[in-house]
Amino acid sequence: MSQTITADRKWWSGGRSPFNVEYGKLMMWYFLMSDAFTFGAFLISYGTIRFSSNSWPDPNHVFRSFPIIGEMHIPLAFVSLMTFILIMSSVTMVLAVGAGHANDKKKVMFYMFLTILGGLAFLGCQAWEWTHMHGEGAWWGRNPFMNIDGSQSSTNFTNFFFTITGFHGFHVFSGVIINIIMLIMTWKGVFEKRGHYLMIEKAGLYWHFVDLVWVFVFTCFYLF
Amino acid sequence: MENVHTVEEMQQAEEHSFDTKAIWKTFRILLYITVVELILAISYYEITFSNPHLVKHVLNGVFIMLTLAKAFFIIAEFMHLGHELRNLILTIAIPAMLFLWFIGAFLWDGNSFKNLRNNYDRQHLEQSKEKAPVKEEHESKKPGSIE
Repeated sequence: MSQTITADRKWWSGGRSPFNVEYGKLMMWYFLMSDAFTFGAFLISYGTIRFSSNSWPDPNHVFRSFPIIGEMHIPLAFVSLMTFILIMSSVTMVLAVGAGHANDKKKVMFYMFLTILGGLAFLGCQAWEWTHMHGEGAWWGRNPFMNIDGSQSSTNFTNFFFTITGFHGFHVFSGVIINIIMLIMTWKGVFEKRGHYLMIEKAGLYWHFVDLVWVFVFTCFYLF
Repeated sequence: MENVHTVEEMQQAEEHSFDTKAIWKTFRILLYITVVELILAISYYEITFSNPHLVKHVLNGVFIMLTLAKAFFIIAEFMHLGHELRNLILTIAIPAMLFLWFIGAFLWDGNSFKNLRNNYDRQHLEQSKEKAPVKEEHESKKPGSIE
């Protein structure tokens, strides 16, 4: 005998699993929370250093290139494309979770495939951006961009940029690996035998978190 | 065994709340917010203001609010937290409140360090005002550069 949640019982009152979610999913939430603090620490230290500097490079000047068409002076266009790719792959991930609810193996595989493709596209964009900036002379410990007021800049900007986007890119990379494993497991029929696709949901939580972090990285580096 | 909730039952309870339309709506909201952010960021550089510092501060405030709105939609809809039990929402949301203090305290500290240093280390202040030598725009390509 078990009760399902109804709208008027939004608080736990004992007698059943307190959060009404599976153990692994709950633990994924707590892991993501700890990961949020890691990213938060990075971004806050970036903010602290930026607040303690008299001037800072201009993101509009630094991020203005686009592949193939080159220096078009269309500021932030490329990073908007990257943001769009990541949000889009987040949508296909939710659709895969939804297909999992309906126990539709083929659809789960299709949407997982699209999600992996989106992740790889994002990584490719990031690889291009890093290569381009490296070509301009930017790297850890080297900063070719001057501050917005024309004064000489320190290497703080590039150090933080490469460390934080690198750490985020590493998360995207591991997310893609996890998604590939999920795709193979779906294909082998592991979840079909199990009777539910909750593993897809857990991988999905991680994937959305990566998207969530990018929202903050985007604001902190490209907009401010 | 009354307190055991099987996976199948949990899924059944959730099935009603899964809605493809809501996902696409969330996607559109996220897209619109991002486009608005970009328009604001680009127009700030295109338009000359009489008081650019004030405008930039206001703009940053707007960016923070839009970013938090995006974060809310991703967490509530994509990550489905908005549809979980309130207890679960609170175990995630209350620890995350620590960020308010973290951000406030550390940015305050950074700002205070800047002011103290400018006050007591005049040489640093003068140095940070010196203009950097203007480089020719990408005249010499370094090896490994991609266009």
